[in-house]
Amino acid sequence: MTWRNPHFLGFAARPSKPLRVALGSALFVLCLALYLTASHLRHRDNPQDKILPSFGQMATAVYQMGFQRDTRTGEYLMLVDTASSLRRLFIGVLLAAALGLVLGLNMGLFPGVEALTAVFVTVVSIIPPLAVLPILFIAFGVDEFAKIMLILIGTFPLICRDIYLYTKKLPYEQVIKSLTLGAGAFTTAYRIVLPQVMPRLLEAMRLSFGAAWLFLIAAEAIASTDGLGYRIFLMRRYLAMDVIIPYVFLITALGFAMDVSLKRFVLWRFRWYSGR
Amino acid sequence: MSHHDRFLALENVYKAYDAKVVLDDIDLAVSRGEFCTLVGPSGCGKSTLLRLLLGQEAPTAGAIMLDGAPLGYADTRRGVVYQKYSLFPHLTVLDNVLLGKRITAGALASRAVRSAMRDEAVEYLRRMGMADHAGKYPHELSGGMQQRVAIAQALIMKPQVLLMDEPFGALDPGTRENMQVFILELWEEAGMTVFFVTHDLEEAVFLGTRLLVLSQYYTDGRGDGVQRGARIVADYQIKVASTRSKETADFGAFIAQIRREGFDPECRRHVADFNLRHPDSFHTVSAAELQR
Ligand SMILES: Nc1ncnc2c1ncn2[C@@H]1O[C@H](COP(=O)(O)OP(=O)(O)OP(=O)(O)O)[C@@H](O)[C@H]1O
Ligand SMILES: [Mg+2]
Repeated sequence: MTWRNPHFLGFAARPSKPLRVALGSALFVLCLALYLTASHLRHRDNPQDKILPSFGQMATAVYQMGFQRDTRTGEYLMLVDTASSLRRLFIGVLLAAALGLVLGLNMGLFPGVEALTAVFVTVVSIIPPLAVLPILFIAFGVDEFAKIMLILIGTFPLICRDIYLYTKKLPYEQVIKSLTLGAGAFTTAYRIVLPQVMPRLLEAMRLSFGAAWLFLIAAEAIASTDGLGYRIFLMRRYLAMDVIIPYVFLITALGFAMDVSLKRFVLWRFRWYSGR
Repeated sequence: MSHHDRFLALENVYKAYDAKVVLDDIDLAVSRGEFCTLVGPSGCGKSTLLRLLLGQEAPTAGAIMLDGAPLGYADTRRGVVYQKYSLFPHLTVLDNVLLGKRITAGALASRAVRSAMRDEAVEYLRRMGMADHAGKYPHELSGGMQQRVAIAQALIMKPQVLLMDEPFGALDPGTRENMQVFILELWEEAGMTVFFVTHDLEEAVFLGTRLLVLSQYYTDGRGDGVQRGARIVADYQIKVASTRSKETADFGAFIAQIRREGFDPECRRHVADFNLRHPDSFHTVSAAELQR
């Protein structure tokens, strides 16, 4: 009999497509089952239990938060929270990406810029952003600007350093080649190198969204009047797990959707990058 | 001296990386339109010499003059084909070939100019046998195909000096011979000066009008303690008709001679006896070095 790859065990394992789907969902199903069991047990003792709400309770809460106008403000709270949070998140990460791209690119290409900024950026990247949060609130007040600054400070160093190292690793032959084709320093940097760095930037952004959510929620928890993080921490006071859990779920879903779409976009738009 | 008015002149050129001397007093004068092939043992500094000619690195000491003026950083007068990394991975084959044209034409080029550039690029690709692959990215091509595109990319700019570092190193013998014939056609047509580094001595003799052997295997009066960098130990003018047929006995004997002169650590020549037969050849050697 000929040798075949095993389905599951060992280095040579090649799970079949259906098995892959089954394996991929197994841990989700397990968590769900554990939760439902625990929730069911608690509700058998106390039908009013708030700590592990049933799916019915959560559905009611979601309906109230997302599909009914708030009695006080007249708005759909879940929608308002999501929009505010996403706006902060995107502005913060996009600013960090733009700055990180320009600085990282120039650091990687021009030894003079590198000598000027590399140590500084390294030191800045070590400052824990949350430790700076009080300073930001004191300096910029507690409105939008400080929150966006926190996200910016939190994600910029990683993006900048990643772009810097990636640019530096590009074969120097390419720079010389581009000069022999008539490009100057500016054209080389922004017409030859920048397009090559773009997919890497999108990947760095993908990795940065995790940190960005952390800083967003931290800032919203401390000083805000809306946003997903604000709502979760507000609801904590009322032990309203039926709202908190769907909100956590919403944040996870948003993060997952952004991650997948960025990944797909890179695959589609930068065929040469994934193909190498 | 006559070498000063040559198109390209190197005098007393040294290149050292930290304490390691790689090129040790290179003297070379090259006329316009010469096809120089450069051979030598691995690690002797052929690529280093090419990088100096390209302006990618500055010599540690010595002067390099191009067309009567000191040579500066890389520019459009020199084209280059590396063994790899010549193509930009994010551009299609056609865009790679068009890039230089586009950059030099500027953003304001008229539609007519643009379409003329495009036609020219397509024509270059057609001659390289790459017209069918114009829309592909470099990673979708084999090594030989990539080299052909890289050559088109450099040639379309009509550089005065074309520098090639083992451009056919990755090709199979058949493709390699096609490319050799092809590069000779282009060279005759464009009248450029070519520097061609290769490990294949037959290729070097077949292609070049001038063959330079760079080697660290030589002796001089500086004693045993010094670390010698490579020098041009032999410099041949190659008569096109007689040496281009690889089958003759002369051809084989010539190759054996080059191998002895440049590649055999056991057989070191003294600086005074370098085989500098090319009429433009010159060598500045100090009295101390000439001592036996
Ligand atoms: N950037 C560098 N720093 C230090 N040493 C270097 C550097 N570049 C080249 N060298 C050294 O210079 C010597 C010549 O290198 P070079 O690449 O020019 O050789 P080569 O003749 O092209 O060899 P090959 O035939 O293998 O391509 C080698 O000993 C190498 O170690
Ligand atoms: Mg080399």
